[in-house]
Amino acid sequence: MKQTISVLVENQAGVLNRITSLFSRRAFNIESLAVGVTDYPSLSRITIIVDSGNSVVEQVEKQLNKLVEVIKVRTLDEHSMIGWELMLIKVSANARTRENIMTICQIMGARVLDVTPTTMTMEIADTPVRVDDFEGMLRPFHILEVARTGIIALQKGSGKM
Amino acid sequence: MKIPATQAIMECLLEQEVDTVFGYPGGTILNVYDELYRYQGKIRHVLTAHEQGAAHAADGYARSTGKVGVCFATSGPGATNLTTGIATAYLDSSPVVFITCNVGESLLGKDAFQEVDSTGIAMPITKAAFLVRDAQTIPDVMRQAFAVAASGRPGPVLIDFLKNVTAPTEMVDYTFIPWRENRQCESIRHINASHQLKEPEVDRQDIDTLLEMIAQSQRPLLICGGGVVRGKADQQFRTFAERMDAPVAITVMGGGGFPGSHLLTTGMIGMHGSQASNVACDECDLLIAVGCRFSDRVALDPKTFAKQAKIVQIDIDRAEIDKNILTDHHIIGSARQVLEMLNEKLPQYQHPEWKERILPLRAPSVAEDSEKLTPQQVLEVIRLQAPQDAIVATDVGQHQMWAIKYLHFSYPGQLLTSGGFGTMGFGLGAALGAQMGNPDKRVIHITGDGCFRMNCHELCTVEHYGLPVISVVFNNGTLGMVRQWQNLIYGKRFSETTLDRGPDFVKLAEAYGLHGYRATNRQEMEEAFRQALSCGTGAVIDCVLDMDEMVRPMVAAGSPITKFLLTEQEASL
Repeated sequence: MKQTISVLVENQAGVLNRITSLFSRRAFNIESLAVGVTDYPSLSRITIIVDSGNSVVEQVEKQLNKLVEVIKVRTLDEHSMIGWELMLIKVSANARTRENIMTICQIMGARVLDVTPTTMTMEIADTPVRVDDFEGMLRPFHILEVARTGIIALQKGSGKM
Repeated sequence: MKIPATQAIMECLLEQEVDTVFGYPGGTILNVYDELYRYQGKIRHVLTAHEQGAAHAADGYARSTGKVGVCFATSGPGATNLTTGIATAYLDSSPVVFITCNVGESLLGKDAFQEVDSTGIAMPITKAAFLVRDAQTIPDVMRQAFAVAASGRPGPVLIDFLKNVTAPTEMVDYTFIPWRENRQCESIRHINASHQLKEPEVDRQDIDTLLEMIAQSQRPLLICGGGVVRGKADQQFRTFAERMDAPVAITVMGGGGFPGSHLLTTGMIGMHGSQASNVACDECDLLIAVGCRFSDRVALDPKTFAKQAKIVQIDIDRAEIDKNILTDHHIIGSARQVLEMLNEKLPQYQHPEWKERILPLRAPSVAEDSEKLTPQQVLEVIRLQAPQDAIVATDVGQHQMWAIKYLHFSYPGQLLTSGGFGTMGFGLGAALGAQMGNPDKRVIHITGDGCFRMNCHELCTVEHYGLPVISVVFNNGTLGMVRQWQNLIYGKRFSETTLDRGPDFVKLAEAYGLHGYRATNRQEMEEAFRQALSCGTGAVIDCVLDMDEMVRPMVAAGSPITKFLLTEQEASL
C-alpha cells in the first residue's frame, strides 16, 4: 500500500543524505521523494512515498523522529491530503499526429511547452493517477523521454504540521 | 568575551565536567592538542596505542562511570580507526562524544592528505554527526553534542572540526555556562523540539493497564535489558521483581541490572539462554521486557517467541516498540521512572507454583573437578578471589558467554561487554577506560586468544598509566565460538578458525613490562590470579583450555527458544 510521509527538516547540507541513508540502512524502499524549501527558509519539506505495510511506515516514522535535523514527521491520510505531481513528457509528433496530441492535452489539462517538426514536449501537474493516465494516452505516439518530480503533498483544510 | 576557538573547545569540555579524554593526535587536530597542552592540569589525556583502543576506552569509561566519554582523533585514518568503536557504542547505547578534525575548508572535497568524509561515515552509527565549518558555532555544537549523547536513549555523537576552524586566529564569543544551565540554552532548546532531549512523559493510563495485566497473570516473566543498566534503574527493577515474585531473565546487555545471585534470577535468555530462562519464556503468560530490544540473539524466532504470553515492552526509545516483536502493550519512558510509577501501586504477589516450575531448571553453578583447566573453573576462581564489586570487561565469543553465565554482576556498569555490535578487541580498551574512571575498583578483562590478539597492543597503555588491569586470556587455540558453530552446524569443517600461533602471552606481558602467568589447571589458576591481584602492575594470565569446550546451552539462530541444539549437560550431545 502506498503511503505518503511528509517530513519537515532543517534546510542544511547533508540532511537529505541523512534521511535517505536511514531508509537504505533500514532497507525501506523509497518509491518517490521530493524536496523543497518551505515558507521558512530554514526549513525544507521532504515528501516521501513508500509502498509498504503499516508496520514499516510506523517504523520509518519513528526512526525519522530520532534524527536531530528532523523537526516533524507525519504520515498523511490518503483521504485528507492533496498529493500532486508534475511530469514533463516528450513524444514523437509530426503534422499528422500533432492535432490528436493537442486534443489529449486539452482534455487532460496539460500544456505544450515545446514543439519541433518531429517532437512535442508537454507538462502536466495533477494527481499521480491522472499523470499516469496522461502518460498512457501518449504511449501510442511513442514517448521519447519522461521526467516526474515525485509527489508533493499537503493536508487538506486548515490542518498543518 | 572573545577567546580562541580551541580554548572554547576546552572550556566547553570543562562545562560538561569532563576531566579525562582518550585519544591520539595527528596533523589536522594539532591545534586542539596544542590547546590541550595548556589545559594539562584540568583535562587528563590518555594516549592509547591505536584510535580504536581510545574509542573503546572512552566507551568503557562512559559505561562504568555513567558520565559521557570523550575521545579525540585526527582526520582520515584516525577517524576511520574510530568507526568500530563508534558503532560499538551506538549498538549498546553508550554516551560518547567523539571529536575529530578534518582538513581545512580550502582542501575540503579535494581528496587532500588524510581527508575522509568523517561525518558521512559516522552518520549511520551516531545519534548525530556535526561538521563544524564556522568557529562561532563551537559552543552551540559542543553543548548540543553532549546533550544529545547523554539524553533519552544515550549514544555516540561525532563532532568534526575543519582545521581552519581551530586556527589560533579564530576567535569565538564565549561565556562559560555549566551544563545543567546550558541545557536550557536557546541552541539546546531548539533541538529539544525536534529531538526529545527531555525524558518522555510516562502515560499513567499505560501504567494502569499494565498493573491490570499483572493482576491477571499467573506465570509472569521479566526480562532485564540494557535499558535498566543505562538508566541506572537496578534498585527499582529489583523492587519490581520482588513484588512481582517473578523469575527474571537477564540479557547480555542487562548484566548488572539485576543481581546475578538473586533467588529470582534465571540467567541469560536467548541463544545461550539458560534452560530456566528459555522455558520460562516459552511457558509464561505475561512477559515484561524492560529496556530490551528483542534482538535476534534474544528473540531468535519472533513467530514463536513467548507464544503463550501477552508481551509488554517498556522502553525509552519509541522506535524500539514493535520493531522486532509485536507487543500487546508498551510503555514509553525511562526504565527508572516507569518502574517507580509501577512500584507505587504494585501489591506483593506470590507465584509459588510458577517459580517451582521454573527455578529448579537452573543449572548447578559449581565447577566440577578435572585434571585440565575448564572455563567454569577459571571463572569460579575469579568470582571467589576478585573483590565483589570488581568491574569485568569482556571481549566477544565463548569467553564472553561463559563470563556472563558464571560471574554474578550486581550493579549497573559492572559488566562491560559489546553485546550489540559484538566487537572483538573491545575488552582491553574498555577495561583501561573503566580503570581510569574507577581508580578504586579492580578491573578484570576477560578475553579469548583471538580477541586478545586484536588489540593487545593496548597493554602498553595499561603499563604506561600504571593500571592494575588483569587480562585473563581463555586460550583454547581457536576462534572458539565460530569453531562451536562449525562443530555443530558445519560438519566439523574447521575453516580458518584454528589459532595455532604465537605470541606467547606470558612473554608478551613481560615484553610490555607487565606480569605474565600461565595456568593449565585449577590450582595454577588460583595461584596465578592471587599473584596477579597483588603484583602491583597490570597482568596477563594465559589460561590453557581445551579447544572443543562449548558454550552450553545453545539454541540455533532463528529456532524456537526451547529447541536446544546443546543442552546444559554433556550427555545429551
